[in-house]
Amino acid sequence: MLDNLTQRLSGVMKNLRGQARLTEGNIQDTLREVRLALLEADVALPVVKEFTAQVKQAALGQEVIGNLNPGQALIGIVHRKLTRLMGEANVGINLATVPPAVILMAGLQGAGKTTTSGKLARLLREQQKKKVLLVSCDVYRPAAIEQLRTLAQQLEIDFFASDIGQKPVDIALAAHDYAKKHHHDILIVDTAGRLAIDAAMMEEIQQLHAALKPIETLFVVDAMTGQDAVNTAKAFGEALPLTGVILTKLDGDARGGAALSVRHITGKPIKFVGVSEKLNGLEAFHPERMASRVLGMGDVLSLIEEAHREVDQAEAEKLAKKIKSGKGFDLNDFKMQIVQMRKMGGVSALMDKLPAQLSQAAAGSRVDDKVISRTEGIINSMTPLERSKPELIKASRKRRIAAGAGVQVMHVNQLLNQFEQTQKVMKMFGNGGMAKMMRSMKGMLPGMGR
Amino acid sequence: MFGFLKKTPTDNTAEPAVADQRDLPASEKRGWLSRLKSGLSRTGSQLTDLFSRGGKIDDDLYEELETILITADVGMDATRFLLAELHHQVREHRYTEAGQLKEALAQCLLKLLKPLAQALDTGTHQPFVIMLAGVNGAGKTTSIGKLAKYFQGQGKSVLLAAGDTFRAAAREQLMEWGARNNVTVIAQQSGDPAAVIYDAVQAAVARKIDVVLADTAGRLSTQAHLMEEIKKVKRVIAKALPDAPHEVLLVLDANTGQNALSQVKAFDAALGVTGLVLTKLDGTAKGGVIAAIARAHPIPVRFIGVGEGLDDLRPFAAEDFVAALLGLGE
Repeated sequence: MLDNLTQRLSGVMKNLRGQARLTEGNIQDTLREVRLALLEADVALPVVKEFTAQVKQAALGQEVIGNLNPGQALIGIVHRKLTRLMGEANVGINLATVPPAVILMAGLQGAGKTTTSGKLARLLREQQKKKVLLVSCDVYRPAAIEQLRTLAQQLEIDFFASDIGQKPVDIALAAHDYAKKHHHDILIVDTAGRLAIDAAMMEEIQQLHAALKPIETLFVVDAMTGQDAVNTAKAFGEALPLTGVILTKLDGDARGGAALSVRHITGKPIKFVGVSEKLNGLEAFHPERMASRVLGMGDVLSLIEEAHREVDQAEAEKLAKKIKSGKGFDLNDFKMQIVQMRKMGGVSALMDKLPAQLSQAAAGSRVDDKVISRTEGIINSMTPLERSKPELIKASRKRRIAAGAGVQVMHVNQLLNQFEQTQKVMKMFGNGGMAKMMRSMKGMLPGMGR
Repeated sequence: MFGFLKKTPTDNTAEPAVADQRDLPASEKRGWLSRLKSGLSRTGSQLTDLFSRGGKIDDDLYEELETILITADVGMDATRFLLAELHHQVREHRYTEAGQLKEALAQCLLKLLKPLAQALDTGTHQPFVIMLAGVNGAGKTTSIGKLAKYFQGQGKSVLLAAGDTFRAAAREQLMEWGARNNVTVIAQQSGDPAAVIYDAVQAAVARKIDVVLADTAGRLSTQAHLMEEIKKVKRVIAKALPDAPHEVLLVLDANTGQNALSQVKAFDAALGVTGLVLTKLDGTAKGGVIAAIARAHPIPVRFIGVGEGLDDLRPFAAEDFVAALLGLGE
């Protein structure tokens, strides 16, 4: 997680914060740092040049001079420019056509087209109640069709069978007919990965496009892509009238670079981002949030949204009441938090969404998923009475619990200390009227209690 | 525990069809080099333009050079290092012409990359167990298909272990590669990757197989639980055969930018990576990230993938790579 764009920019901005005034000289230094940070984050060089030029122009204007806090002003400018570069707002899927609305997926090998096709089908069904048909035109990669079939089965989404003896265009047209006859709202067409310089394959996907007349032609690109993202995006953009981009594998530690480059080159909106290996791991792309994340402000909005989605609301309400009353928060609740946190993908997934400074601090306190599961194990080894009245746990009970959980007595002590501290914090929140915030973010607490 | 094992025994008698790769006719070797060159030609031609243009060595030239190295994914650190080296060479040898820079840069790059060119010797153990790891979509399964062909070409018997039990149809994909190469694939309907590979290693011992290639599911290094899982896979392999795995290959996509470095560091920390495979060099991606890796966290590059054909995965040769990158004559 070190050395990513967020962290670099956080460092840069911190340096700036110590200074009273913004002079041309220290803008130069900062911009050089920004340029370096962007390059190390794999933003393509031409994009970096244009971006820093824009920031410089804006920063040297009146917006900064006369501002009380020059550092904040510059962050504001960089943030605004970044947001603008990535698109002003989230753009959804366009379905305004005679059904079936065809969505054509295109991209390099290994970008994640097949997995994303499945995720997208699920998302359109869940969020828009659409009837979706999936078809694979990848007759080249071994078992590519089988992969989409399996995904469709797991998701319980209709799948149009094809085989490697067929021509991609024939498969696509047959699937289109089938979708029409069976009243599917949407047909998602997965295609083989192809290199932009492979003329024959690029011609094939152009033929697919001509035959299907898709309303959406989505370019799927790996978030870890390096400088070559500009060349690939350009070639695909020239061969196909792209309507949008899907950025995959954003849950890794490569952040943002390719997003900026591809967006800049194609001029098309990034519509979705892949954020987990799970089939529900496709989210709408929010340029504003992405810019915040890049700037070290963290993706707290996504975090809260996720908390709402995954956390059991009834349980959350119950806990909120307990917190408000300032008493009765016991080890059962503590464990519930751990379970809820698991649902949200564990500590590491949460940390990714926090601002860089915060996640660094958290990393320093050696919070990891292993500690969390050990904690769960220890609580599981307690009797219900012990869980509701932790003060009962003395030396001999501790020994029994430690033996049951396969840990040292020391670990039980650590847990109890941690619990006490959390209890204190809870009381503070309870008194301080922050219960509302706790409802959405409480899942983070057990691991970060110390 | 492994009673529900399902095997697809395809006959594994494949005698060496092709002799050792070094004995290939020169024409075929050149064919490969030219393919690598065509893949890397963007960088090459850019550089060739720059150098053949003639003229004096000045700051603009260095800046252009910096641009080219950065856009080849060489990364800031390695780019600075190479430019500093180049400065040094220029001063030492009193170069004055732009054209002389090319040879000097080739020498600098070669010096950086040469230590990474260490061929993989599978003769030290039998079976020689190779475990493959990498992020999603790097090309692990495809590389295994090609590696199987490569080792068969050396007259070795090969066995594949379908350790990717997560991704839909990963098993079927590997089986297809097995069928194409006439190689046994050990797979289970579903379940624990460690168990599948454990079983494959035991089967390889029993059948006196030379090389075991173990596939694993793609994972991002930030997914702590999956990194724990792959550590376990490695531990379990050692239970089936002490000393194994003898090689842990990390598969990297040449399209990847500087994140390749964090991949190398994270997987090395988890598994002790002993070799790299760089795939998809046949596109416009330039593979400059190898230089960044050589500089920051050197690990031998065992193979590079230069095309989609079964024969397009080859041992890494620093001279060829540099020659192709800089567009030098054969």
